Amino acid sequence: MDTFIQQLINGITLGSVYALVALGYTMVYGIIGLINFAHGELVMVGALVSLSVIKLLMGAGLGLPPVLIVVLGVAAAIPVCMLLAFVMERVAYRPLRGAPRLAPLITAIGVSIVLQNIAMMIWGRSYFSFPPLLNVTTYDVGGAALTDLQVFIVLLAGLLMAGLMWIVHRTRLGLAMRATSQNLQVAGLMGIDSNRIIVAAFVIGAALAAVAGTMVSSYYGIAHYYMGFMLGLKAFTAAVLGGIGNLGGAMLGGMLLGLIEALGAGYIGDLTGGILGSNYQDVFAFFVLIGVLIVRPAGLLGNSNTERS
Amino acid sequence: MHSIARISTLAVLTAAALLGLSGCGKETPPPAPAAAPAAPSVTVKIGIVAPLTGPQAHIGKDMENAVKLAAADANAAKIMVDGKQLNFEVQAEDDQADPKQAPVVAQKLVDAKVNAVVGHFNSGTTIPASKLYSDAGIPQISPSATNPKYTDQGFKTAFRVVANDNQQGKVVGEYIAKELKVKNLAIIDDRTAYGQGVADVVEKAAKAAGATIVAREFTTDKSTDFKAILTKIKGKKPEAIFFGGIDTQGGPMLQQMKALGIKAQFVGADGIQSSELFKLGGDAVEGTLASFPGLPIDKMEAGKSFNDKYKAKYNQDVVLYAPQGYDAFNVFVDAMKRAGSTDAAKILEKLPSTDYKGITGPIKFDEKGDIKDGPITMFKAVGGKWEAVATIGGAAPAAAPAAAPAAAPAAAPAAKDAAKK
Repeated sequence: MDTFIQQLINGITLGSVYALVALGYTMVYGIIGLINFAHGELVMVGALVSLSVIKLLMGAGLGLPPVLIVVLGVAAAIPVCMLLAFVMERVAYRPLRGAPRLAPLITAIGVSIVLQNIAMMIWGRSYFSFPPLLNVTTYDVGGAALTDLQVFIVLLAGLLMAGLMWIVHRTRLGLAMRATSQNLQVAGLMGIDSNRIIVAAFVIGAALAAVAGTMVSSYYGIAHYYMGFMLGLKAFTAAVLGGIGNLGGAMLGGMLLGLIEALGAGYIGDLTGGILGSNYQDVFAFFVLIGVLIVRPAGLLGNSNTERS
Repeated sequence: MHSIARISTLAVLTAAALLGLSGCGKETPPPAPAAAPAAPSVTVKIGIVAPLTGPQAHIGKDMENAVKLAAADANAAKIMVDGKQLNFEVQAEDDQADPKQAPVVAQKLVDAKVNAVVGHFNSGTTIPASKLYSDAGIPQISPSATNPKYTDQGFKTAFRVVANDNQQGKVVGEYIAKELKVKNLAIIDDRTAYGQGVADVVEKAAKAAGATIVAREFTTDKSTDFKAILTKIKGKKPEAIFFGGIDTQGGPMLQQMKALGIKAQFVGADGIQSSELFKLGGDAVEGTLASFPGLPIDKMEAGKSFNDKYKAKYNQDVVLYAPQGYDAFNVFVDAMKRAGSTDAAKILEKLPSTDYKGITGPIKFDEKGDIKDGPITMFKAVGGKWEAVATIGGAAPAAAPAAAPAAAPAAAPAAKDAAKK
């Protein structure tokens, strides 16, 4: 039982990170119908920038409290990622705005590769360990270990998601975003500057990605130039699982995917009688995706409105 | 045909080298006696292959540095073979720790007609590459590949200067069961030739010595998330966890173990016995045990001075396999001297009879190309450094049925003398 609780805790933590990243995919998709495959790289850049800043601040010997150092690291990563997303949209995607849907999709994959290689040139190919700054306290929950870092990650992710929901549903910007996602041309006729709205979707998603990047590298204790690829793919899976284009769906999908992965890796060996080992952890998530898509092609919370064609 | 082409190349190279020498001489009068311009020289190309990029780049770079250091030393020593001065050139290639990439770079070295190859680092890359070197008749010494399969293939070109996993895994498995008195052991491996290989031998040896394997879990050499498998292992309450893999996974794994509150003793093999593990794992590394198929550097006769020399040149301590890389190079040099030739075929003739005293200790090969009497040392992580806790050495190199349980009780209790050798 304690093992099961522990897997649940692991899954929820991982799931909230996936959910944050999935939101970035889903927001952009909801508005312009583009799957921004470079979104995972924003997570990677966020992680590496905050890590560099954190290391710099630690090395500076200012005697800052560790929590403040991490906050400053994230605070530095957010604008960098936002700027990057802004440039990305302006340079790579806006020129392709009326082009067939395949063109921006392939461009997105290209942008992803470019960003990976730039990161490789800046930070090199080595793995970076996240400095053991935060003194992690472990609590005992029914025999399972729960760390304050995990609690913090889940809470912060929840808070950010609530904030995003507030922006989308309670502000003028959100109203404009929703209008643009329903119909780009008509929203334009109503006086909404759709280019600005699209940039806003990219930039907000990038900010969430920067936070997610710092979370994931502090949680696993490691960051490297290649980390965005798999993470992005997983978050994309989460977004599709929940119904891409649907904000609630991205969160649900992220949480579900985290849980499926943790439980899958934990029990796959027992379920298959040892034929498939826990190294098939990554495969498991994609199996579930295929299964869901066969039954509900629009995703769990998706409907024909969000499924654009 | 072949030899004619080679001779003419040599002639051209020699001429070029002479021109270079005399050119230098004019600008800066050498302090050496006037004998310098007279000696004809011959260029000897030595290949070094290791992962120079990617997660294991730090270990690969360490080996490359060592070989370059060895080449610089050998060039400075002005070694004469067959009346010609040897001028060593190192060609470093990157196999990215990728078994698919290994034959590609091996072919590159074969095409470049290197005289000998030091490498590769990983077992998974060394094994596929060894076929190409064997076909081309180029002698190969791996400073670090420990999977027994490398020398089991029967290639006359394949040698190594470390003990193999049949020896290392057996020692570790028995150490866990007998010295640590572990009854319940969990095993994780990264599904590479090295990780899986050493984990299998550990499992066998620990079982034979009375331990129970309560969990056998797997990850990959690119993973960073081990929480799920560690949680599963935690539920089985093992007293120790053995990990067959590299420090890049070992470091985060230790951190995640700590976060999950797992108190089990973490044990690894040479893949995690690096200085990098402390950077990747932080204070969670404390107390970790790891084996190394060789002596600790401070127990090597010339270890201290080697580390000083290395540090003076590269401004860092030896990471892992630098002494073995340095020795591998010099075993070639030794063979060239004895053969009176730098020809690959002549080197190969003399390699089996190697009796060389290197930094890592005496180097002799058995009939398969494995090092004879390779010692194995158990290290413990104490205060951010590896401390040798036991050297288990002198066990005869594993013959074919080495991993058989029957052989188990022989080595461990007899040969554990607290790192005095």
